[in-house]
Amino acid sequence: MHRARLASFGGWLVTLPLTLLGLLLVTFLIGRVMPIDPVIAIVGDRAPADVYERVRLELGLDRPLYEQFFRYCAAILSGNFGRSVMTSRPVLEDITRFFPATLELATIATILGVAAGVPTGVLAAVRQGSKIDQVIRFLTLIGHSVPIFVLGLVGLLVFYAKLQLVPGPGRINVAFDDIVTPVTGMLLLDAAFQGEWEVFRDAVGHILLPACVLAYFSLAYIARMTRAFMLEQLRQEYITTARVKGMSEMRVVWRHAFGNIAVPLVTVIALSYAGLLEGAVLTETIFSWPGLGQYLTVSLLNADMNAVLGATLVVGTVYLSLNLACDLIYRLVDPRTR
Amino acid sequence: MIRRRTFASSLLAAPAIWPLRDALAQTPRDTLVMAAQLDDIISLDPHESFEFKGNETTTNIYEKLLTTHNTAPDKIVGELAESWEVSADSLTHTFRLKAGRKFASGNPITAQDAEYSLRRAVTLNKTPAFILTQFGLNGQNAAQMIRATDERTLVITIGEPISPSFFHYCLSANVGAIVDSKVVEANKQGDDWGNGWLKTHSAGSGPYTLRAWRASETVTLEANPNYPGQVRSRRVVTRHVAEPASQLLLLQRGDVDIARNLGPDQLKSLASDSTYKVQRSRKAAVIYMCMNQRHPELAKPQVREALKFAIDYDAIQRNIVSTTYDVHQAFLPLGFLGAVDDKPFRFDPARAKALLAEAGLPNGFSVTLDYSHIQPWSDIAQAIQATFAQVGVKLTLQPGEQRQVITRMRARQHEMLMLYWSPDYMDPHSNTEAFVSNPDNSDNARAKTLAWRNSWSVPELNAKVAAAVRERDAEKRAEMYIELQREHQRTSPFMILLQAIEVAAMRAGVSGLDIGPINDRIYYRETTKT
Repeated sequence: MHRARLASFGGWLVTLPLTLLGLLLVTFLIGRVMPIDPVIAIVGDRAPADVYERVRLELGLDRPLYEQFFRYCAAILSGNFGRSVMTSRPVLEDITRFFPATLELATIATILGVAAGVPTGVLAAVRQGSKIDQVIRFLTLIGHSVPIFVLGLVGLLVFYAKLQLVPGPGRINVAFDDIVTPVTGMLLLDAAFQGEWEVFRDAVGHILLPACVLAYFSLAYIARMTRAFMLEQLRQEYITTARVKGMSEMRVVWRHAFGNIAVPLVTVIALSYAGLLEGAVLTETIFSWPGLGQYLTVSLLNADMNAVLGATLVVGTVYLSLNLACDLIYRLVDPRTR
Repeated sequence: MIRRRTFASSLLAAPAIWPLRDALAQTPRDTLVMAAQLDDIISLDPHESFEFKGNETTTNIYEKLLTTHNTAPDKIVGELAESWEVSADSLTHTFRLKAGRKFASGNPITAQDAEYSLRRAVTLNKTPAFILTQFGLNGQNAAQMIRATDERTLVITIGEPISPSFFHYCLSANVGAIVDSKVVEANKQGDDWGNGWLKTHSAGSGPYTLRAWRASETVTLEANPNYPGQVRSRRVVTRHVAEPASQLLLLQRGDVDIARNLGPDQLKSLASDSTYKVQRSRKAAVIYMCMNQRHPELAKPQVREALKFAIDYDAIQRNIVSTTYDVHQAFLPLGFLGAVDDKPFRFDPARAKALLAEAGLPNGFSVTLDYSHIQPWSDIAQAIQATFAQVGVKLTLQPGEQRQVITRMRARQHEMLMLYWSPDYMDPHSNTEAFVSNPDNSDNARAKTLAWRNSWSVPELNAKVAAAVRERDAEKRAEMYIELQREHQRTSPFMILLQAIEVAAMRAGVSGLDIGPINDRIYYRETTKT
């Protein structure tokens, strides 16, 4: 068994770089065939021909595609992700600024989404056909169907503008700028570690509404999947047997039925979390949240390929890491996989 | 045991116990907070920055030898220069700097700093450098052409005898910014002239210094204690808020003082509320359509004229962009030397059809239109499609991301195209050269002007453009541009549709924001709030 685990981990170590290489290659090729001139993104529309040509040569765009790709990969391996055209900073520095903002938002949204979505899905399944089930299905349908930017704008209008329960877009009030030194890049953690509780409270206020909007989006998906999984289990004969044996309904649902949906549910939650970690660009735009989604989108639209490739690497690594984490969690929740 | 009712009640009470709406809802008294779209800034080095918000920011950090005031944009005044003279042959310009001026660092401003700055601009040769290199200045000859003869005297010799006002307007652009040479040199890496450092720092003498630029988040400026004039707001923070609806909410809740990108719908919602006011300032940007002369039908003069009469300019302005654009039909925006306000075109489908029939196209023809997919271009394109259909022209719309549209235009792959254009500096030659001049129509031409991009080249007009830029007499020069604009309206493959109005919405107690026709003429120093 020990050998099997080592083999499995070794397989992951081989898969990781190959997958990332493939991802980079596809993204690189897409970037080169996009009908947006990357030189114009740097020099602008008015640059004379000699400036345009000089920058084109500096970017290595006169070289064959395969050479351009290999040079980029060689630079990556030495830790040089290049410089972003849009921010004038090293891409690695940008990622250490933008990714934690997304990580913070996505993690809180997922925690809220799971905390509300899983019990809601179980309740809907147990009370299948009842009014509670119908209400839950209706609310999750809204979360699944309504465009997220609409949810975000309505949320701002109601909770910020009308009810004044939360602060407006942005990560923090301007009065608190530069008070907390970024260590992890996650404002809540940094403020707490440095004992800046007023900044912490302000940051909580600012993250709450966008996190709830994303959480509702996640909740809708998680609740519906949980309900579907639970319904399938509750139809099984072993559940009938358990009830006949006089087991309490609570035990039947949570100890037996729910235990058997843990594996697919972990997959659903991981997919939902990964989806948020790649950056919810519309939510970030509405709430002026400086996250990876906005960074990646703006870079793509400006053909800032260093930034696009760097962010793609991060997203790819996130998906692969979550994949590995899921495999480990399966072993914990399902003895049959050990 | 906690009952469900007790638990639910305590959840509802939580916001009252721990209010999350921050106590600092109003902006700080000494800080002006603006909401704007900031994601176009790529550098805050004034000799590299050429984007709207980048230029707006650097113009509040740096000073130039010369400038213009927004109350009289056709008059050049000294900013760091106390006086200046031009030799009889128009080649040598001598500037005497003001005495006693200091940079934000405390270093005195000398002619050596001016010499360093202008040499830096032409040697770095970044995007805006063409504004100076067009006068024959470059990295190889800068040492001979740009010289400080003493602590307060700078002499610049240019390559050709052109209109002195043209050169002075170009010096007043941000690329002519004077930087603190000692600070920049202390932070240079290799032979980069400090460019790597100055992208994200400042070394100027203007009313503000750069405290921080966090890309896609904020730009924070602080008052320069060594600036001799009054600076009313100690700090200016511009927050990146991409969504205009979010900007409106922030303004209404008091979290920002000024919202810079509200659309017509948002502005209407503020119109009847006296706690807000809307400041309208004419800008030099124009929206235009163009016709690629490589298209056989569009190359016919009657077709070009017909299409100019197939657009309902007034209806577009009234129904789509009533608060943000005015109808304007000449390539020089109002406010520039020689600009005309002639509007020879109106929607006249009968005339358009007659012209098309004269061109041998009584049943019209089909053509595509490339344009940026964002508002208001999307709505304008659809309106034009509808009026074109009335004269028999089938217009197929091809929306795209803006840089994609620009790429197609530079490659001359479009048939018709709609975009906007903003002058690079406050001289009529900027737009004239772009819309009229095309001395080399080959694919390898050095100058890819708008005229080139549409394969339109008229040698007589090229000669008139060259003559106008050399004319020393301002009145004669203005007459030459008037003639060029009228000729352009009659014969060119361009339709100028609208001139931009910048609208800034602010709380009623805010005043003093000075918005000029181009982005390096937007000043914060007089802005205050009560």
